[in-house]
Amino acid sequence: MPDRYHIHTAPAPAQFRRIGKFGNVDWREDCSRCSNCVKLRCLYDVYKHEAAFNRDPMEPVGTADECKACLSCVQGCTKGLLSVSANPEFLSLGDEYWRPDILLTLWNQSDTGRVPVSGAGYRGRFHGPGFDSIWTDMSEIVRPTRDGIHGREYISTSVDIGPKPLRLKFTPDGRMLTPPSQLIEVQIPAILDMPAWTAMGSRLAAARIATAKEIKTLAVVRAGDAVQALPKQLPSIAPLFTREDIANSQDIIEGVKMAQLRDGPDVAALAGQLLAINPGLTVAVRLPLSPAAADRIIELSRQGIKVFQLCADRHGREKLPGGLRGRHLKDALREVHGRLVKEGIRDELTLIAAGGIALAEHMAKAIICGADLVAVDTALLVALGCRVCRDAHPDVPGQVQCGVVGKCPSEIESVECSYATERMVNLMGAWHSQLLELLGAMGIREVRRLRGEVGRAIFMEDIEKEAFGDLCRVPRAQVNA
Amino acid sequence: MSSATVDVRAGAQGCATEPKRAHAGQSEWPQETIAREIRPAPDRYRNVLGKYKVDRGANCASCGRCVEACVYGVHKKPTGYAFTLRPEDYLCVGPDCAETAESCVAQCPQKAITVRPNSSAQCMGDPRWSSDLILATWHQAATGHAAPEHLESRLGASGGGFDVLRFKFEVPGFEEPTPTPAGTEIDTSLDLNHRGDSRPQVHIDIPVYGGGMSFGSVSIHTILGKARAAAAWNSFTCTGEGGYHDRLKPYDDHVITQVATGLFGVREDTIQRVRIVEFKYAQGAKPGLGGHLLGDKNTPAVARMREAVAGNALFSPFPFHSVYSVEDHKKHVDWIKETNPRCLVSVKVSTPTDVDMVAVGSYYAGAHIIHLDGSYGGTGAAPDIAKKNIAMPIEYAIPKVHKFLSAEGIRDKVTLISSGGIRSAFDVLKAIALGADGVVIGTAEMVALGCVRCACCESGRGCPRGIASTDPELMKLMSLEWATQRLINLQNAWREQMIAVLARLGMKSIRELRGRSDLLCILSDDLEVSK
Repeated sequence: MPDRYHIHTAPAPAQFRRIGKFGNVDWREDCSRCSNCVKLRCLYDVYKHEAAFNRDPMEPVGTADECKACLSCVQGCTKGLLSVSANPEFLSLGDEYWRPDILLTLWNQSDTGRVPVSGAGYRGRFHGPGFDSIWTDMSEIVRPTRDGIHGREYISTSVDIGPKPLRLKFTPDGRMLTPPSQLIEVQIPAILDMPAWTAMGSRLAAARIATAKEIKTLAVVRAGDAVQALPKQLPSIAPLFTREDIANSQDIIEGVKMAQLRDGPDVAALAGQLLAINPGLTVAVRLPLSPAAADRIIELSRQGIKVFQLCADRHGREKLPGGLRGRHLKDALREVHGRLVKEGIRDELTLIAAGGIALAEHMAKAIICGADLVAVDTALLVALGCRVCRDAHPDVPGQVQCGVVGKCPSEIESVECSYATERMVNLMGAWHSQLLELLGAMGIREVRRLRGEVGRAIFMEDIEKEAFGDLCRVPRAQVNA
Repeated sequence: MSSATVDVRAGAQGCATEPKRAHAGQSEWPQETIAREIRPAPDRYRNVLGKYKVDRGANCASCGRCVEACVYGVHKKPTGYAFTLRPEDYLCVGPDCAETAESCVAQCPQKAITVRPNSSAQCMGDPRWSSDLILATWHQAATGHAAPEHLESRLGASGGGFDVLRFKFEVPGFEEPTPTPAGTEIDTSLDLNHRGDSRPQVHIDIPVYGGGMSFGSVSIHTILGKARAAAAWNSFTCTGEGGYHDRLKPYDDHVITQVATGLFGVREDTIQRVRIVEFKYAQGAKPGLGGHLLGDKNTPAVARMREAVAGNALFSPFPFHSVYSVEDHKKHVDWIKETNPRCLVSVKVSTPTDVDMVAVGSYYAGAHIIHLDGSYGGTGAAPDIAKKNIAMPIEYAIPKVHKFLSAEGIRDKVTLISSGGIRSAFDVLKAIALGADGVVIGTAEMVALGCVRCACCESGRGCPRGIASTDPELMKLMSLEWATQRLINLQNAWREQMIAVLARLGMKSIRELRGRSDLLCILSDDLEVSK
């Protein structure tokens, strides 16, 4: 058994301004200064912090972040003067995919590195688009994968990237013709990808590289950003090369294990150039998620490319011509995976799903739908306080200029590399622990076995038909719902 | 019309007519009888929360016109008072009245009155338990009768499951069934033993009983309130896995002892003193994970009950370490049956893809009750990722299991109980129409006790409203008498609504509704999915 893989997390308090869900509205007028003021009894000390601010304006006002809307003060005030209200700033965070509650839980996970635990049952909608219409399976009776008394049996989350020949070839005299396997083992089924937008790339790239080394995975960076890496960090980097980069990146190409190329007409030739410099290199091709992706993967695999990164947009959707959005990752991945299985080449290839991976469960669900692993991008920015506000104002495109000093509300451009690394490690640590929860519940001890296991998931479309297929259907308009 | 003005005593007589059936009492401990009486149990906080906020501005002249105008009793000016009192705005029905010419807003000569949605109330709840549903549940628990129409008391706003299922009579365009003749007595009771074995019959007067909540996750007042309400309604409550508190003994005949993976507080005595023993294989909110009590809530009293060290987080293992197969499961059931030869055995499982096979396996292992706990069920503490993602919601599991048990020819030999997101009387009816015999509720009872769904049950001192907390100070926020009455009232309100629906459907018993999914329809704009 390999050493137990563990991500070491440590509290890394946020250095950006947190935005709480609730705000207290306190008119004060009419207050009778009674001796049993509810403010003193607030379980979360919301009003004490407010009072501290009143005494010293330099004290941070944390009230909006701490109020849980238990309404004890609202209902208890002797004069009924207090009320609580949802914070409009909180509600306007992010966009329809990166919802405020997703940003909040990512911030909390990055603070502590722990699995978010709360009381009461699930609080969200019944189902939703994309990953929210999949439930994962569990087993009532399994050998214990999770056990609070005797410790946890080891659940492996490592996956392999690289060509996996289905059979070995030999000469008649027994010499092996197949080149030796060059799999790259990453310990968590997620690599750290470049966020879709950012101007302060090199600083963030440094943090991604340090995080990838710490948690034993790979960081994708532009070739220009790979130059700053220390030699010992090179094996944790998967630089993205362009045709121009290749000529003057000899040292880097020799030092890294994996390189990425964008898909293009000459991508196979470029891969050949890279392999000429470093024959041990694994070349991955990034291609946009689209209805043509499966065909293109089959075509490229015949030309020797065996690792593919399928890039959806930030909302996990296909990018179609004309700016239209196509299928969600879950549907597209199932189609691609199914095609490759039918072609008999699925096991030779590695599929990396990228774009719209916002929560730990997306990692597991993308793998269930057929990916080997995922690439995390925007979530790493959110760990640093990003509010995904760039496109929040469709009428005023580009209103928020990421990376321009003074424009980012969370001042991401000025974060320290060590702080950014701590928070990224925390986030991935929390995701790793949550992945273990899902795998443990399923009784699966290896994330490799989760790939394409659609039988261990419940898809809303299928179960809806099975459970409610015999019910009479009524259009919503008929009942004004 | 607000039923605050209704004579609640009338309701009490209405439902107390059904005699408590005699049963083979198990416990030798003196059992306390709790009267099934409906009495007002108003909100325990000073300011009752309403859907709307009514403000009277500084220019109010205290003329008292608003008092005359309001038929709901929002405005009050007792005789001899110079000023009108602070409006009791929780009684206000909102724009339906406020926008008419007869309203206080229109009648006020000073134009001093405003009616607007209450932002504090809007902060409560979530899509599953909407603010309206919480307020409606509070109203039912306070009065014992259905909530007024301005509060949505049947549905949440989750956009799926029960929230898109409707009885056909609720939707225009379907034929109205012939109602049951007025005056016919409608039966809401259930028998729980359908195995036809030598064990005694257990009869409950309502198709609902209380879910397991351990001492530690909730306060002793919450536990005892549930037990006393169960005694009043001749139904059951469940210990959860925190052990059998001494103060539960007077209600032994209405308590289910839970045997969960941690085996906290499971002793020969606690198995022998009850009429039903429940195995908890998994819990809907955290399927595949064990129970979890965070260290802060493990107070000395809790630790004593669980024979653990105070202040340490307590994790229950998953799964049962003695059960790796269905044969092992049978051994488990046999062990309980041997220990208590007169009890029924319930098996509580979560809802994996093969939930139908699990149910059949449990039946053949000897279970009397199969209890399915759907994935959106409640909990005192669970990882968010588990609550949202693992296992299927109960709405899917009920028809799946019901159809499978029917096809196996054993549907009538087993009692199918469902839980995990049953919030209202209509959810109960829909679950039964989908194929369950009855339901178990948990969160609905907590809401009746004043829960606002702030989801802070697990951390620090626990529930800020004193329900799910063993903190000596916080638990005093709620008295036992009040808790008991709220829960008795809630069951009465639900039962009245169930009877009204059964009468409308032309039925005489809740048992006739089981599996009648033909009475339901589903709201869907995706008409192709239809068979």
